[in-house]
Parts: sequence; structure tokens; C-alpha cells
Amino acid sequence: MLNSFKRIIYLGYRGLVGDGGQIFATIFILTVAILLASSLFLSGRVSQFLINSLESKADISVYFQEIALEEDILQARDELEKMPEVKEIIYISKDQALEEFKARYADNLVLMDSIRELGGNPFLASLRIQAKNPNQYQAIADYLDSLNLADIIEKVDYSQRQNVIERIFSITSFLGKTGLSFSLILAVIAILITFNTIKLAIYNYQEEVKIQRLVGASNWFIRGPFLAQGAIAGIISALISLLVLFFIAWLFSPKVQVFLPDLNILKMFWSNFGFIFLIQFAVGIALGSISSLIAIRKYLKI
Amino acid sequence: MILFDKVTKIYTPHKNSDEKITALEEISLEINPKEFVSITGRSGAGKTTLLKLLLVEEKPTAGQIFFQGHNICEIKSEHLPYLRRQIGAVFQDYKLFPSKTVFENIAYVMEVIGAGKEDIKRDVPKVLEIVGLTERANHFPRELSGGEAQRAAIARALIHRPEVILADEPTGNLDPYNTLEIIRLLLKINEMGTTVVLATHNRETINSIGKRVISLDKGKIIRDEQEGRFIL
Repeated sequence: MLNSFKRIIYLGYRGLVGDGGQIFATIFILTVAILLASSLFLSGRVSQFLINSLESKADISVYFQEIALEEDILQARDELEKMPEVKEIIYISKDQALEEFKARYADNLVLMDSIRELGGNPFLASLRIQAKNPNQYQAIADYLDSLNLADIIEKVDYSQRQNVIERIFSITSFLGKTGLSFSLILAVIAILITFNTIKLAIYNYQEEVKIQRLVGASNWFIRGPFLAQGAIAGIISALISLLVLFFIAWLFSPKVQVFLPDLNILKMFWSNFGFIFLIQFAVGIALGSISSLIAIRKYLKI
Repeated sequence: MILFDKVTKIYTPHKNSDEKITALEEISLEINPKEFVSITGRSGAGKTTLLKLLLVEEKPTAGQIFFQGHNICEIKSEHLPYLRRQIGAVFQDYKLFPSKTVFENIAYVMEVIGAGKEDIKRDVPKVLEIVGLTERANHFPRELSGGEAQRAAIARALIHRPEVILADEPTGNLDPYNTLEIIRLLLKINEMGTTVVLATHNRETINSIGKRVISLDKGKIIRDEQEGRFIL
């Protein structure tokens, strides 16, 4: 049994080496397929990341008038926190707002000067409300209206962001839908191309397979080397894809970070390395060996 | 050992047409262990079909075929390799693996039956010596002459000590000298105790052997003689 297994692997290896150009075509196609699968996975992660960060940036700010008492504001906060749609409410007092402003524009001398000129604290106390879903802000805004806080509310900073919030939401669902259908189509194409390449490779061996049958080789003894070949090609392709993907991440990471400072592709690559590695090897080995298995089936009927 | 019981084989060349070719018609014959049987007849008489039925490359349209008491018409496809390992087959076009050397071609059959490395190292040179190809062990089939290729094919058919060797026109592509060599080799194998079934239409070959001859014509046995000659 072990003898046969070793032989099958060896014959598979021999087939690969003796095959010359054909194997490069197979490895190339497999690599493309694996890169597709892993870039789909990665782009899924990236878009999820973008959506999350955009969603966490979307919020409603309720600014209270100068005269509003802190306890009224805190009471309004407690009322709002009861809503199931609300994820988080942060209370920012007048002083905090000033400190935040100063910290953010510490380098801007003009702004700092004008603040100093004004004397006092021009900022208003506010509640920053985050919803669990971006499409829940309207409900929160409606609820705010129903609380009868009109006398102490200066303004609700929602209408200005409504467009952004709705855009984010529609982009999110668009990405989700198209991403899924796109990846399905690509997966089918990858399987078909891989299958065809391997079928062509095995076509050259049909005479040999016929002889193998006639000298009494069992189907698994004939299939084995092709299966091993497919798997070896899959492993080589997975390694190549891993290198290519790393190289791309390494190359583009600093450039992407210029636009999106929070998004570090290289770090994402490393933190998901185990999973990417697994996907690539699984896709490579499965594609390579299943295609071989189907392609050889036809010749085993003698 | 081998028994054909009213075996008929009809080919339908085109699936959808009524055209039928009767290759064998109600053939009954028995071959005993250690026999040397020549099957002769014109091209198309049914010689190759007879051997193909024995190797279960084809299944008969009617009748039964027994090999060592087992009905091979009812054999399951997963048992087929085990039947074929008891038979050594030699073909007119040699059917060697083009990508393997002579040594590897022969070793493959031993690998198929699960023989160990040591056994292969011991047995393959022996059989190469029997067929006189020791010098050619590391050559590829394309580097061999017709006679050498056929001797390699015989070595491959012989290596796992099968019960019977089926040779389908093994000398069809060879010159008279090499033909003689191959027939001598087959006779030698037969003397060593292996049943040999030889299909050929070569008159000199048949006449020089002086053993049992079965003559086929249009799919029927027209003669079966213990010390037969080529008569059509």
C-alpha cells in the first residue's frame, strides 16, 4: 500500500518533469485562479473595513443651546439610549468641545488666535449619536423630534450628513451584491479554464492510459499520478500566488495609506496570512486534483 | 484453462444504423494449460476479436468465456485489473510506454502488482537477459528497432509470470529474421510452462511451429488440428 502510494507520487512527479511546457500552462492558469480567489477574499476584507470605518464615522450630532442645563442633556441622552437602534451616545460638554478643537487645530495659528480673540467658549454642548445601522438615522432623528426638546436644542446635525449616510449605505449593499455575483462568475471561469488545460494535458496520455489498463493497472494506480500532478501543480501555484500577493501588498500598501490612513494592506495581509495561505492551498489542490480526476475519467473505460 | 462456449461477437460500427459486422459466430474452443496455440486466418477472420474478448477489451454479444473457471463476461470492472495481471499481452504495435525506458516499461507491470523495489531490481534484469535486451535497458522505445521493441514488449508480458501470454500478430511489423527470433522466444516461454496463444496470418511462422493450429474464416472455426499447418 505504502509502496503504491510512494510510487504514485513519484510517477506524478516524473510526469510533471517529463511534461515540459504543458505544466507551465497549468500552473499559470491555476495561479490566476488562486489569485482571483484570494483577491476576492482580500477585497471583501478591504471593503468590509472601509464600510466599517465609514459607518463608524457616520453619526448624528445634537447641539444644545447655551442655556441648556447639563442634567437636561444627560436626561435626553438616557432617553435616547433606550432606543434599540442606538449603538453609542457620547456626551461632549462645552469644555470638551473647546479642548477637542484646540487639540485638533493646535498648529493653525490663525484659528487659535481667533479663539483667543473671542474670549469665552464659543462651542455648544452636544450629544454624538451612533446608530447600529446607517439606515436607522432617520428613525433616531424622528425620535428626537418627538422628545419635545425643541426649546433646548440649537440644531441637529443630521440633514447635512443624510446624503453621505445614504450613499454609504447604498454603496455597501451594492458592493455586497456585485462582489458576490462577480466572484461566482470568476470562480466558474477559473474552474473551466483549469479543467480544460488539464484535459489537454491528459489527452496526450490517452494511449498510455489505455496500455496501463491493458497491463492490469487498477484505476487508482492510473489516476493517482495525474491526481498527484494536479495537486503538485496546485501547491506550486499556491506558493507563487502567495508571493505575488505579498509583493502587491508590499508595493501598494504605502500608496493606499496616503489616501486612507487607517487602511494598512500589508498589515491586513499578515494578520490574515493563515487564512490566505489556507484558501490558496485549498483552492490550488482542489482545482488541480479535481480537474485531473474529471479529465481522466473518460479514458478509464477500456 | 480457457473455454469459449458458443461465443458470438457482432459489431455495430455506427450507433444509429442497422449495419452489423459479425466478427465471431458461435465459437466454441478449449485451451489447456501449457499449450501453444496458433490462431490463424485472413485479415478480418476474427483473430484479434478473439484475443480482445479474452483481455475483456470487448464483451461478447452472446455466449460465455471462462478463464480458469471464472466467467469473465460477468467480471466487475474493479476486478478487471486482477484478471489482466494473469495475462501477458503482446501486440503488433508493441504498445510500449513511449515516455519510459525499456527497464521502466517492464518495471511498471511489477509496480502495478505492488512488487517491492528489491524484487524489481532482481527480476527485470533477468527477463531482459532472456529476451536479449540487457544492453538496451536504459533506452526509450523510439530508440529501438522493431525486433527489439517487440522483445521488450514480450519481456513486459513475461515479467509477472502470467498464466498465459496472448500475442496478437507480434511479428506483423518485423522482417523474417526478427520474426524467427520472436517465435523462438515464444516457444521458449511455452517450454518454461506458460500457455501461449498466438494470432498470426504468417504462413512460414505457423508451419515452422508444428503445434496446435486453429483456423478461422469469417468468424467461424474451420479447422482445429493438434499439429496443424497453414491451410486456407
